Amino acid sequence: MTPQKAIELQKLAFKVRQHILRLSTGGGCFTGASLSCTDLIVYLYASGDFNLGPEKVNDPSRDRIFLSKGHDVPALYATLAELGYFPLERLKNHLKTSDHIYWHPNTHVPGVEFHSGSLGHLPSVALGVALDLKLRGMPNRVVVVAGDGELNEGSVWETLLVASALKLGNYILAVDRNWFQANMRTEELIPLEPLEEKFRAFGCQVRRVNGHDMYKLHHGFSNLDLQGTAPHVVICDTLRGKGVKSLEERADRWFCNFSPAEVEKLVEELHGQADAHLSSEGLVVR
Amino acid sequence: MSYEKELEKFCQKHPDALVLTAENRALIRNLPGVLGSRFVDTGITEQTMVGMAAGLALQGRRVVCHALAAFLTMRAFEFVRTDVGIPGLPVKFTGFIPGLLSDANGATHQAIEDMALMLGIPGMEVYCPADLEDMLLMCQAVWESPKPAYLRAVHLSSGLQHKPYVPGLAEWMLEGPADVVFLVAGMLLPEVMKAASILEKSGIRVAVANMRSLRPLDEHALRQACTWGALVVCVEDHFQRGGLTSLFKEWLAENMGSLQASGTSLPEVMSISLGHSWFTPGLLADVLRHHRLLGEDVAERVLAWRKERPMAEA
Repeated sequence: MTPQKAIELQKLAFKVRQHILRLSTGGGCFTGASLSCTDLIVYLYASGDFNLGPEKVNDPSRDRIFLSKGHDVPALYATLAELGYFPLERLKNHLKTSDHIYWHPNTHVPGVEFHSGSLGHLPSVALGVALDLKLRGMPNRVVVVAGDGELNEGSVWETLLVASALKLGNYILAVDRNWFQANMRTEELIPLEPLEEKFRAFGCQVRRVNGHDMYKLHHGFSNLDLQGTAPHVVICDTLRGKGVKSLEERADRWFCNFSPAEVEKLVEELHGQADAHLSSEGLVVR
Repeated sequence: MSYEKELEKFCQKHPDALVLTAENRALIRNLPGVLGSRFVDTGITEQTMVGMAAGLALQGRRVVCHALAAFLTMRAFEFVRTDVGIPGLPVKFTGFIPGLLSDANGATHQAIEDMALMLGIPGMEVYCPADLEDMLLMCQAVWESPKPAYLRAVHLSSGLQHKPYVPGLAEWMLEGPADVVFLVAGMLLPEVMKAASILEKSGIRVAVANMRSLRPLDEHALRQACTWGALVVCVEDHFQRGGLTSLFKEWLAENMGSLQASGTSLPEVMSISLGHSWFTPGLLADVLRHHRLLGEDVAERVLAWRKERPMAEA
């Protein structure tokens, strides 16, 4: 990855984070989880490492990205809109019944491959796609983005057993390892570590990278043995709320519905102009 | 012909078709050698199999999935509903040993709410053949349909002669006018035919419809049943709630006005089903006897019902 490309991606991620904050009002959204996976989503769609683009949404040769942790969809909506999959104006329709820009991904939004929301589903749906592509002898990669809390779901591990048995090297599970689930730290509820060893025990090739560093993400997803017999897992270590100090690593900033004034403070904070001191409602479990 | 021969024929016709199983091979034991990589056994992973089937269908594949009916419709229910049902992908599900066919396995294996669950998914077709021959007559149509579908597999022959399958239409085994009309969903049809013969010997005229599917539902057959009989008996190896009995009563309530306007008296409705509890496990013949589902039991139960409710004899 060239320095220019990395800077371009960082700039795009900054814009996406700004959109996420602006979507965190008037009903709100899953702010913290969206901010953690922003760099990963931006890297996957905009780096050029994957065969993707707004002109390819129906192109059979495209790589496939499935967002299984569907509640972080603001990061996806914003990335797709910034890349021209649909007009940026459409983000203003957030939560309106006249559009489909709601709290979980759906295929009414160009670029979304499959709907999600119920955790632990898309690993298996994506596996079916990977199997089809392999049977057809096609080289496309299939990436499914899962949350670390989502790893509580047995269906994720069941799917990895099958992926391993079917020897699907074109299958890549990307984990947004932000160390939080809805209400608390993962290790305080259902400890996941040592995560790499767990995935290896399920027959996967495992890499672990800093999920906020575009160079590291590039290395994490490059030169995977796609023709090999082992499915891949890329664990992306991230921070919940990344980029906005007052939201970072806070269990109570998972789903946020800020006042418009608070959003402006948060945007200023994102720009490094001020620290936001918020008095709004804390955690709202959806 | 056998189920696997029918499936082989379907796969020959459609080179993109895939057969999936969650390690349930009873009906498809010889297909791995025939289909090669188009036969995928995912192991005992019903939910993963269903999710994969959705992904394969998303890629344009025709997929026929197999598992025990109880685990396919219940363990994997949310995957069926969310990954196949919401997008309406044309994935086909064959549930093995549904209803009473799980005989001695016990309540864990009893899929007797399976039709209720599958009918609860918008657009999901639900097929309930009466016996193996009936299933073989319908399965190509089931798999060719562009909708998701649940086939309640029956692997037993009954010796009954069936008419060709016409999608969406019930099969009238005995036609009216009648005093008692049986509407049957599934494998109790042979017992109902025995009951019909007993009742006819008592001078009671009987009509029998093999419903064949609950979605599509042959509403014309339901109307015909009301026209013909003062007593309509819904028979199913399923809980009383959520299957044929519920559908018929709902249909009757919705169509009361038009029936009365056309001069049709509203019939009495009797349910011969598994009621509201799991059945006592045992070999199938013993289970049928224990739960009074043999032909002679069915006939006796209908006679007793008529005696208790003079309206039903009108």
